[in-house]
Amino acid sequence: MSLTGLEFVAQEVPSDAPAVEGRSQWQLTWRRLRQDKVAMAALAVIAIMILLAIFAPVFVAITHHPPNIAYPLTGETEAGNPVPPGTAGFWLGTDGTGRDLFIRILYGARISLFVGFVTTAIGTLAGVAVGLIAGYFGGAVDLVLARFTDAALAFPYVVLALALAVVLGPSLPVIIGVISFFSWAAIARVVRGQTLSIKEKEYIEAARSLGAGPFRIMFIDILPNLLAPVLVLATLYIPTAIVFEATLSYLGLGIQPPTASWGDILADAQNFYSVAWWYIVFPAAALLITTLAFNLLGDGIRDAMDPRTERIFAGAAGRRRRGRLRRGALTGGVNFPNAAYVPPDHTANPPEI
Amino acid sequence: MALLGFMIRRILGGIVVVWLVATAAFLLFFARPVDIVAHQLAGRAATPDVINEVIRNLGLNQPIAVQYWHFLDNLVHGNLGFSYYTGESVNTMLKQDLPPTGSLVLGGVILWLIAGLTVGIISATKARSLFDRFSTVAVLIGLSMPVFVIGELLILVVFLPLNQHGFHWIQTGYSGPSQGLSSWVGHMILPWITLAAVQAAVYTRLSRGQLLDTLGEDYIRTARAKGLSERRVIFRHGVRAALTPVVSQLGVDVGQLLGGVVVTETVFGLGGIGETSVQAIYTDNLPVIIGFVIIAAAFVVLANIVVDLVYALLDPRVRIA
Repeated sequence: MSLTGLEFVAQEVPSDAPAVEGRSQWQLTWRRLRQDKVAMAALAVIAIMILLAIFAPVFVAITHHPPNIAYPLTGETEAGNPVPPGTAGFWLGTDGTGRDLFIRILYGARISLFVGFVTTAIGTLAGVAVGLIAGYFGGAVDLVLARFTDAALAFPYVVLALALAVVLGPSLPVIIGVISFFSWAAIARVVRGQTLSIKEKEYIEAARSLGAGPFRIMFIDILPNLLAPVLVLATLYIPTAIVFEATLSYLGLGIQPPTASWGDILADAQNFYSVAWWYIVFPAAALLITTLAFNLLGDGIRDAMDPRTERIFAGAAGRRRRGRLRRGALTGGVNFPNAAYVPPDHTANPPEI
Repeated sequence: MALLGFMIRRILGGIVVVWLVATAAFLLFFARPVDIVAHQLAGRAATPDVINEVIRNLGLNQPIAVQYWHFLDNLVHGNLGFSYYTGESVNTMLKQDLPPTGSLVLGGVILWLIAGLTVGIISATKARSLFDRFSTVAVLIGLSMPVFVIGELLILVVFLPLNQHGFHWIQTGYSGPSQGLSSWVGHMILPWITLAAVQAAVYTRLSRGQLLDTLGEDYIRTARAKGLSERRVIFRHGVRAALTPVVSQLGVDVGQLLGGVVVTETVFGLGGIGETSVQAIYTDNLPVIIGFVIIAAAFVVLANIVVDLVYALLDPRVRIA
């Protein structure tokens, strides 16, 4: 009989005394998160953004404005400038070539969210693997991987992206590759640090003496303890990846026209500063709202996962406000989006670049 | 003396890093067939003879090892090569672009540190005050905002309205300090704010968190208990201990800063090294890009050495190691 089956049977046993319901860490986290109004609002905003991105074609059907079709007659003024919001069925106005700005922002959301999720997933998997291996095996493996991690954190990523864009030519896979390449290091650093301390625990020794191999210990025994900080880091990396993609596209190294991308829209908008405020304000707002929502959600999850949040400050009312004070406690003071910060131990080992 | 040995080790290590980056950058030359480059240079209607001539002139027909030797030899002599198109020395091009980039980095970093640390320290000492709440929100917005969006919004809501109403002090583009200090600041103030904004947000958060942790330590209570003034407790005992991790984070962030420089220069048309490199990408001008990559690597290495030195000065424990 499977373990799940056993639990099922156990729950079916009738009892006179009300059983104390066991709650997993995830259930507890979710319960705390649900009480966090800011985080729930952020979650709602993200859900709306995802829905808008998925159902972008529906809005095309409503407005009859496909994303890459220009409307020189209705979508441009006589001087050839974008028309303001609300004109001729263009809800948010048009862009520099007379295309529907609203539709293009929706299609831009598809790119941004896709790149954000995919690169974070790749970076998280790679970071966890590198961190576990470096932390568990230690020695020369750790030395090489930790140096490599430090180098990836310190390297000017825009500069490398510039070089790669020239050599490989800008395209979606190249962008995903470049962003993923920079996303693993911060997670690897935190996972390595945690692994270093967990692997010394008795239960790991017990597992080893029972004959468990290194990979079983790493992924079955150590990894589950790291899921909480990794989830927080991953949530907080998504906005960084979105900003990264937008920046590359803004510089012309990312998504290539005519495919809509927020960075590319904002780059084009620069030519119309004085005649079309909406051309800058709406895509900028879409970008800011999305990244802000992910940052707020990530902070909320971090607070919700921190067991001390409730133990130290009993009472849910002031919890979030107070929780902010110790933000970063769980992840060793990591401040995304940027680079992970874990105080380096300079006394033991002066940092190399 | 320990400090001297430490510095020598760091400098040697830094040279190795720059050499590795330069070699990687050199290999970029060969990631694509050379005749494509030659073809672009020679023009659409070029005959094979002309293309071969171009390849010979650029030295692209020699074995890679020979070219690598030339490249390293030039590099050691401080020569970064020549533009594919104009034949202009990359050194000269980058040197011309140095003043705007230097101005931007200098002012931006000063603004970023002053703003980040000041707000962080005030927030930590007045935790949960109105100022602290306000700055927490501002920090979150700053963290969520791409550099180029800040720049564009500043142009839209500051630069344009001011100039439309006859106030022309704030300008885009670049004007050197030799043409008048006021004009220089007028051209640089928006780029400085743009470059500093995101980093200031990161440092506000970091310094606030560090200082809050430090102020919870026992020795702070001891300092207060023996009757030191609050100012002395916070600055002599709190800030000094809280700042060391902030300083070591600086080294990591120099790389991020360079990315911000490229974007800021592009938004405001400053014509610095970063903008020139972006232009070089559109024209496939590899020598310029490689020059920029090497300069950037050297800058990051140098900045990290300086950060380590400052760290050693702040934290005596490092000096012993």
